[in-house]
Amino acid sequence: MCGDICVVVETLRGQVAEITYVMLAAGRQLAQGLKTKLTAVLLGQGVQKLADTLGAADRVAVLEHPALAEFNPDAYLTALAAVFAGRTPRVILCGHTAMGTDLACGLARRLKLPVATSCRTFAIEGPDATFAALTCGGKLIAAGRLPDPSCVATVMAGGYKADAGKVAKTPPIETLPVPAGLDAVRTRFKQYIEPPAGDVDIAKQPILVSVGRGVQNKDNIALAEELAKALGGVVSGSRPVIDQVWLPSTRLVGKSGKQVKPKLYLALGISGAPEHAEGMRDAELIVAINRDEKAPIFGFAHFGAAVDVLELIPALTARVKQA
Amino acid sequence: MDIVVLCKFVPDLVEDLEIDASTHLLDRNFLRLMPNELDDHALEEALLLKERHGGTVTVVTVDAGDVDEALYTAAAKGADRVVKIVGEGLDQGLSSQRLAALFAQAAGEWPHDLILTGTQAVDDLDGFAGALVAARLGMPYVGYVTKVASENGAVVARKEYPGGLNADIEIVGQAVLGIQSAEKPPRYVVTSKVMAAMKSVTIEEFEAGDAQADLELPITGMAVPQSAAHAEMIVGSVTEVAEKLAKLLRERGLVA
Amino acid sequence: MSVATSYEFLDKVIHATPDGEEIRKCLQCGTCSGVCPYGFAMEYPPRSLIAALRADDFHGVLESDTIWLCVSCFACASVCPVKIPLTRGLLATLKTEMLVGGSIPQELQTALGNSRRYGNSLGESPRKRADWTKDFTVPVPVLAAHKKPVDVLWFVGDYGSYHPRVQQVTRALAKLLFVLDVKFGILGAEENSDGDTQAFTGEWGLFELLARKNTQAMLKYQFAEILTADPHAFNALKHEYPRLGLDRPVKHYAQFLTEHFERLRPLLQNRGPQRVTYHDPCYLGRANDNNLYEEPRQLLRAIPGLDLVEMSHNRALSICCGGGGGGMWLDGFSWEKAHARTTEWRVKEALAAGAQVLAVACPYETPRFEDAVKSTGNEGKLKVKDIVELLVEAVFG
Repeated sequence: MCGDICVVVETLRGQVAEITYVMLAAGRQLAQGLKTKLTAVLLGQGVQKLADTLGAADRVAVLEHPALAEFNPDAYLTALAAVFAGRTPRVILCGHTAMGTDLACGLARRLKLPVATSCRTFAIEGPDATFAALTCGGKLIAAGRLPDPSCVATVMAGGYKADAGKVAKTPPIETLPVPAGLDAVRTRFKQYIEPPAGDVDIAKQPILVSVGRGVQNKDNIALAEELAKALGGVVSGSRPVIDQVWLPSTRLVGKSGKQVKPKLYLALGISGAPEHAEGMRDAELIVAINRDEKAPIFGFAHFGAAVDVLELIPALTARVKQA
Repeated sequence: MDIVVLCKFVPDLVEDLEIDASTHLLDRNFLRLMPNELDDHALEEALLLKERHGGTVTVVTVDAGDVDEALYTAAAKGADRVVKIVGEGLDQGLSSQRLAALFAQAAGEWPHDLILTGTQAVDDLDGFAGALVAARLGMPYVGYVTKVASENGAVVARKEYPGGLNADIEIVGQAVLGIQSAEKPPRYVVTSKVMAAMKSVTIEEFEAGDAQADLELPITGMAVPQSAAHAEMIVGSVTEVAEKLAKLLRERGLVA
Repeated sequence: MSVATSYEFLDKVIHATPDGEEIRKCLQCGTCSGVCPYGFAMEYPPRSLIAALRADDFHGVLESDTIWLCVSCFACASVCPVKIPLTRGLLATLKTEMLVGGSIPQELQTALGNSRRYGNSLGESPRKRADWTKDFTVPVPVLAAHKKPVDVLWFVGDYGSYHPRVQQVTRALAKLLFVLDVKFGILGAEENSDGDTQAFTGEWGLFELLARKNTQAMLKYQFAEILTADPHAFNALKHEYPRLGLDRPVKHYAQFLTEHFERLRPLLQNRGPQRVTYHDPCYLGRANDNNLYEEPRQLLRAIPGLDLVEMSHNRALSICCGGGGGGMWLDGFSWEKAHARTTEWRVKEALAAGAQVLAVACPYETPRFEDAVKSTGNEGKLKVKDIVELLVEAVFG
């Protein structure tokens, strides 16, 4: 693994998470540019069969142990630190996700490496590998060098298409020895708490009317509901709207919510922070309304208007009903 | 349960951000700083835990921005002790590594069964303060936490995954938790209580000393994203915009 | 800080206002609750509230959250036969107790938090407070840069500065001031929310904070009088700021423009809409006996061809737009509790009076009534215009 680009595979309930393929796509680009190998590191219990889905990697290193059956931060960290100890991968990629962000910093610290977070894209510039990361709610892009000889980076969705990381090929598998200490970790997976049942699945809706902080209060959700009804869609929202309990958590679009790809994504009063963008930027048609003409969402929406959402919603509802 | 809450100040995104022409980094001269929103959630969760199980809440922040007001506000909400880390140049924008070095050094000075902080901050680039503090102190870290419970001597952190799924993670012993959102939206405290805290509460000061960052990440520049594909802007009055949008949606077959 | 018993609370009420003692004289006649626009949905409208306190059930009072339906419209206080200061004394003090106890609807919390952090309830950048002036070819003087004494300090207010619809009203007033050749200036980024509505949500500490900042900013400059388009700012600047050291006359534009009436009238050359009705803002009329009922009507009648008609509730009997007392920031809560909007009631009254235009004189009202015109399905049948907008149309066509 010395000099390799290593991707820490993310799985949830026995399935490889989409972010893994984004990392593999990014990792493939880096490996090619740096003329090195791409290794996927797969942790879990009974997960070796998943190696079939990781064909973008040159090889898959598998470590299985009962303590790794479900995500368990301390156990995963202990395992990864042991896997990489004494080796010097060029870059270790973790997801910029609920799991990856639990691991990246601790792993970097244990290996005495710097860590770059929220990276969206990478590039090779002369002898250097560089990254571009989103910061300040997506209002700025920071550029930097991936430090030599080794570092950890977290990868956000959005910079690479997951499909580019999906290759139908079974790579060679290396089984890693079980390191000491996995039975003595201080965290333990207890149980899953299922999402509230019975609500619509926003990931399956062709039309989403999505509301953000700009709708100002719970009352105005009703305006969005009315527009959604007129359009034959449903209402979803960004993090602040869910945190205020204006919409149930099942309606959350973004990194910690659902990834959606509707035919129409109407973003109302949503600024377009990277955490939100991650969940919706693949929608077929994105129309954004935000009074702030500098809002990051206009950077990736197809159509936009810098007008007051609260005025626009009823006006648009009326026009749609006429049609 | 004794809890230390780590709070950092971040650029307020209500203001326009400018890039300094000479350093190519964020121009800090005109920045307005505000407490990191998720740290406010961490404080709320800490106060809820204190209300349920007793113990103390100590809020630690670094001297940058209107930290005194934030600390008095925290005290007025129910924090027992409020601490600011003081030293040279702390308001010049600290890397997460440096911040974690300061926090890790200070946190040990106050009793803590748990250290809570926001999972992330809007300006993180070289790690997350909470996760880095945990690594420095050799404590387990769980992030994306939306609820913390104390059960039979262990802490149970509810961790949020995509799609509304959550998992309960049990932790034995001291831990650092990155809070994604408190169980309830952070409370409001009336201004008169904040004013009263200004008179009655002493902000403890902790010398930054020589806590240095290591493992720093080279940032070569920042830029306002100039996306090649900016949205096609529809201009006009609200009525005109609505009219044009409805037409667009009809053309695309999205409206019957 | 929180009070435990009814008696302690009553004591606070008595000390909250100069004539607080009057609460002891309550006749339990119920006129207050009867006239209250949200009385039907409140668990403790004023009469029941006083009865509960007399029965020492302060605990029960604090358990209910329907006090947040109170829009501080002074309807109750204005009809009380024994002149109990119900709005400023009893109801605002109860709101303070609710805030101290942490019982506060989320949306109100956001507005108060914004006011404290940014100096405006909308959570906008304080640096952009004067951005509405950008389109003017003649620059609107901002006092910090103007460096000359002015006659009039124009206090623009939060909604006038930031709300896109109300900015149109602000620009209209600026045009009138220019055409009347008034030497005026604004505070720009130095201005903070006037704090009046925050005070009537019970957040008096926040009010003091904001009012002190404004007073300090204003007193740096030389000016003779203060002008505002916002009745809430008018009320606070006139009745509350003097105790913080502000010692200049304060005028709502209705007064200011009637004082300049002889110069304004000849400029009103263009015919206005035919039938116009006027909604009396609570804080120009009933509140603190401000009693500015005739000045706005005088301005409207001066517009050529304009026929002023009255709604059934007018002057002191006007019905609040629902924005006062924090109502502006509690629309979701109020709808959930009451399932009624006073603005819709008012729009129907305006239409019943045969009006084509509903004229207003408060920044809360333009957006609120425009919403109600739409929500009652009357789009196209009734326009909502601020008086200054109608005047500008009459001057410039």
